[in-house]
Formats: sequence, C-alpha cells, structure tokens
Amino acid sequence: MDRRMPISRRRLLLGAAAFGVPAVLAGCGSGSPSTAPGRSSGGGLGTVTIGSNASDEVPKKALETVLKGFTQAVPKVNTVDHNTFQENINRYLKGTPDDVFTWFAGYRMQFFAQQGLATDISDVWQEIGGDYTQAFKDQSTGIDGKQYFVPFTYYPWAVFYRKSLWRAKGYEPPKTLDEFTALARRMKADGLVPIAFADKDGWPAMGTFDILNMRTNGYDFHISLMAGKESWTDPRVKQVFDTWRGLMEFHQPAALGRTWQEAGQSLAQKKTGMILLGMFVAQQFPEADRDDLDFFTFPEINPAYGTDSIDAPIDGYMISAKARNVDGAKALLRHLAKGSSQNEATKLDPGTLAASSKADTGGYSALQKRGAELVSQATHLAQFLDRDTRPDFASTVMIPSLQAFVGKPDEIDSLLVSIEKQKANLFR
Amino acid sequence: MTVKTRRYSARDVTVLVIGLGMAVIVNVGLIWGPTLASAALSGTDWNGIGPIEWVGGRNYHDLATAYPPFWSAVRNNVLWLGFLGLVATPFGLFCAVLLDRRLRLSRVYQSALYMPVVLSLAVVGFIAQLVYSSDYGVLNAVTGLTVDWLGDRSINIWVVMLAAGWRHVGYVMIIYLAGLKAVDPALKEAAAIDGASEAQAFFRVVFPTLRPVNVIVLVITVIEALRAFDIVYAVNKGRNGLELLSVLVTENIVGEASRIGFGSAIAVILLATSLGFIVTYLSQLFKEER
Repeated sequence: MDRRMPISRRRLLLGAAAFGVPAVLAGCGSGSPSTAPGRSSGGGLGTVTIGSNASDEVPKKALETVLKGFTQAVPKVNTVDHNTFQENINRYLKGTPDDVFTWFAGYRMQFFAQQGLATDISDVWQEIGGDYTQAFKDQSTGIDGKQYFVPFTYYPWAVFYRKSLWRAKGYEPPKTLDEFTALARRMKADGLVPIAFADKDGWPAMGTFDILNMRTNGYDFHISLMAGKESWTDPRVKQVFDTWRGLMEFHQPAALGRTWQEAGQSLAQKKTGMILLGMFVAQQFPEADRDDLDFFTFPEINPAYGTDSIDAPIDGYMISAKARNVDGAKALLRHLAKGSSQNEATKLDPGTLAASSKADTGGYSALQKRGAELVSQATHLAQFLDRDTRPDFASTVMIPSLQAFVGKPDEIDSLLVSIEKQKANLFR
Repeated sequence: MTVKTRRYSARDVTVLVIGLGMAVIVNVGLIWGPTLASAALSGTDWNGIGPIEWVGGRNYHDLATAYPPFWSAVRNNVLWLGFLGLVATPFGLFCAVLLDRRLRLSRVYQSALYMPVVLSLAVVGFIAQLVYSSDYGVLNAVTGLTVDWLGDRSINIWVVMLAAGWRHVGYVMIIYLAGLKAVDPALKEAAAIDGASEAQAFFRVVFPTLRPVNVIVLVITVIEALRAFDIVYAVNKGRNGLELLSVLVTENIVGEASRIGFGSAIAVILLATSLGFIVTYLSQLFKEER
C-alpha cells in the first residue's frame, strides 16, 4: 500500500455538500414515517426507526405484519424505493440514518462495517447464535470477527423447469455437466430453446458466472477472486469462461435485449426448457402454475467440489453506527431473528425462505420446502457476485464485462486482461 | 484639480450589496463552486465515505487505458452529435420547407411531426422498447425478423439515435417553420424575377436570412447531443453499446459504486468538451458582430 497525501476534509467540504444533496432527497423521499398500525402506546424502549428498502407491495406488507408482534418499543418504518435505497446507501449511512436498516449479508455488509458505519451486535448474537447455522453466522460476521448483521430471509439460485413439460418429454434432472449438455442438446432437437437467458439488466449473467466458477474452482477460490486476491487472467478463470462459451449455443439468443421477467415468461409458456435464476422466478408464473415449477441444483463440473456451493443471497437487518436508540434497535433485531417472525414473512412472500433454523417449515409451499432442502445440502452459501465483492467492481467493471462476453463469447483472453487491469485499479 | 467622485448613499450601497451579492452567491454556490469541486475531486480517489486522498492524474490515466466503457461513450457522444447535426437537423429543415409551401393537410403533417416533441426523452425510450424489443417488439412482429435491435451492440446505438432523432426532427422543424414564416415573401419574388431556380432561391436567398435561427438550432443540437441521457437510461441503463459520458458520470458517482473521484474525472472531460463548443460558438459570434 502506498501512502498518498491526504487532503484536509474541510477543503473539499463544498464538494461533499454538492454531492450530499441527493442523499437528503433520498432520505426524506418517498417514504413517510408510519407507525405500525393497531397500537397507540409502545413498550418501555421508546421509538425505533427502521430504514426499509421493502418498497414492493409483498415485502412491505410482510415487514408490517412482523412488526405488529414487536411490543418492546414503537417501530417507525421509513420505506424508500428499493433501488434508490441501494444507490444512496453511502450518503444515507453518513447522514442521519435510521436506527435499524435493511441490508445484505456478506462482503457488502463487511464493507460498511469496516468503514465504521454499523454497530457491533455480537451481544445479540450471544443470544440468537443457536438459531442459525455456521454459514449464516459467517455471512453476518465482519472482517474484525464481530457480528453486524441479523439474517432474516434468503432465496437460493437453482435451475428451474416446468414439471409438466419435462414429464411429457421424458427429461430427467442432470447430475453432471455432460448430462446437462446432453439434455440441452436433446431439448434443442425437440424444438425448444434449452436455457432461457436474459442479461439486459446486467446482473442475471452474474448468477451463471458464480455457479460455473464455484462448480469448477470451488467456493474458496470464488470468494478470494471476488475479494480481489486472485488474478482474472488465471487459467482457472479462463476455464470458467471456456465452459460457459461451450454452453452458449444452448442459451436463448439475443439475451442482452431481454429482461429476466421476459425470460421467466418464456419458461412459463414452455418455449424454453430451463432457466438458472433465483427462486423469485416464481413471480412470473400465474398462481395456478406455481406447483408445476420445480428445480435442480446446477450439476457437478469438478468432482473435487461436487455441488457443495450455491448462491443464496441473504437479506436482513443492521444497526447504523449513528443509531439513537441502540437498546430498542437490539430488541427489534432479537424479534426479527425469531423463527416465528420470519415465518410470517415467508408465508406472505413465497419466493423467500426463513433464515433461522428454528423457523417452522411446515407452512412452506412445495417450492419453499424444496428450497430449504437444497440449502441444507449445501456446505457453502455464496451471496451472489454483486454482494460478494466491492460494489464499484461489480457495477462498473463486471456488468459491462459480462455483457461484453455474452455479446462476443469468443474474445475471452482480451476480456480477462481488461477485467484484471480494471480490478487492479480498484483493489489497490 | 478636483476629482469628481461619485458618492453612493447608504441606501445605494445596501441595494448594490444585496442585488449583486445575491447574484454572486447564487452564481458561485450553484455554478462555480460545484464545477471547481468536481475538478478538484477528479484528482482524488474519494469513495464518499473514507478519507480523501490526492492521486493526481491517475483517474484520467485509468479512464483512458483501463475503462472500456469510456471510449465507447466518447464514440457514442460523437456519433450522437453527428447524427443529430448531419441527419436529424437537415431533415427537420427539409420538413419545415415542405410544410411552408402550404401543402394540403399541412396542419396534419405539422402536428404529426411535432407530436413527439411534447414527450420526454425517457418516454421516447419506453416507446422505443415497445417497437424494438426482440421478443415482443412491433418491428420484429411485423417484419418477421429476429434481430436483437436493443441488445446487439453494433446496432442498438443506431436505432436509439433514430428514436431520439424522431423527436429532434419535430423540434427543429417547428423552429425553422417559425423562421420561414418570418422571411419576407418579396425576397423570394425578387429572386424568382431575377431567374433564380427554386433551389437557388432557397440556398442563396432564404437560407442566409435564417441565420439567427440557424444559430439557435445549432446550439440546441449541440446541447441535445451532449446532455443525452434519459433515452439510453430508459432502454438499458446506458450499458452494452449505449454508453454515454453523462451516463458514466451518474453510474460512477450516484450509484452504490461511489467512485466519486473517478466519476468526477469523466464529468470534467464532459465539461471541457462542452466548454470547447461554447467558447468556439461565442468567439465566432462576437467576431462576426464586431
């Protein structure tokens, strides 16, 4: 690490003020504070404010329902549009954040914990630790070994298909890459597009990269690659792109002009055979067809790693460093960590699973049960590329690079050199 | 020798301070301050949270050598300017000239051409998706083609510029139409009597009298080309072949990425380019008026 001359903060305060404007707008933007309905006086711990990115109807309702059961303090929810919340998180946490805020596990949590923007909640984990598996605890732990995050719900990534279509054609879930390729070839011969694929938004292709990398090189390599510790020109990375290029002929063409919703619909309409996506793909299926949706985990590529890792992004809650009511906030996190609270949310939002091991899986839909089973078989849960690495690397380097690959799958070497160069500029 | 000094009363001074002071504060606070702050930040690697460290010209070096979207954005901005300036604007002028000849139904044509101007470019972006989407778009459905108009990076910039041009033509047309209406018909008559052909009359007589309008249209065209943002953002967030400098600034600074130093460097380049046009234009203007 080279030392550079630091500039006095005051000198550039003007700049900060100029860029601070959007934060103010976002902070007091779309969400007006609303007290949880049905209660006029709260418990003994005063008021706890919650900054929530649950702007969609279903997650918003889920949070409201869960908060009804919280009696130790009065919760006040500030809902901000999902993307706006995400894009302004830096300025939000630097400004006047709420006591508790929604966020993501893994590197993205660690990034803010490291900057001193989150409150250490190791004491809460002393109590709730027994309710979570080690994988969840690891994803909630900062680089300094302290916990900063309480997992709430999550969803696994897998290869989804329609049972009725597969029964009619006699397809079986593949166990290895060769079987997968053979199946895709058979689908092509049957007049189907084997793998529905979309990358207009830039992130769905990250899911394909993640799973191919973890199947080929294992979880540990994936994480250290994401942390900037490995070279992108490494033959192991090239191997991943080579495998992907081999599968490209089975992917839906024109992926860069398509959204994941459109790809999901093509699966629902039985025009495509399967799709690698998160469990939220169920949203694109009409209620009546949801039971027809099933999935299998991406098949084994390297026997050394089998199918021991999957992407399963965890959503949860953190306490900001500037929280005014830390006791109330911690009480709220204990409430959110309860299996029963998470069950209320998973009942309303069938695309998610409860993070706590104490949660009751009896009320799960068939798909949720299969999801829970899949996760229990995985040794490692990755958080998805854009949550496992620096946000600037994910959005300004990986999105354009993966789109370039999808557009021209043959130019792997020059692409990897370019990624490595940009990575070196960011991780210095 | 007595020097005649003009004395300002206390009231004059107050008015002067308030009147001028406000203007100076607003100007410095809203224009010069942020501009200079951007320029200063472009020499740092600030991420919006941590300490601000001076890195000199490193951001510019990284930009030019290891950030593929940058050159793509420069190319697209130049294409955009070229397309609006050399295709859309002349076509708008052409439409205006035709409409000025009082064709039958000219009101209808005029409204049809002007209609897109009332739409925001973001809306034009959404309309473009309805037309160009490879699975659900009108164009592929009608022609039976399977072209990925918006996803293929060798064609998407052209079809998006076409959509932007659709709006620009109407804008330019209405301005020229107003200008043409103001041209004295006697000029055209005189030219006709002198034996000038239709084309000669237009290029030698009418067009030169439109000079003030031309200047306005030129400025509008340059501004539209440099500030283009909303249409590509609506289509695919300005990625994959639709990069523009304005989008890259936003992507780096506003998003979660918070590469504020790096984004500022792109903003400074955009500023320098704009200044280049503005200075050229103003100096030209003053030179001719002198």
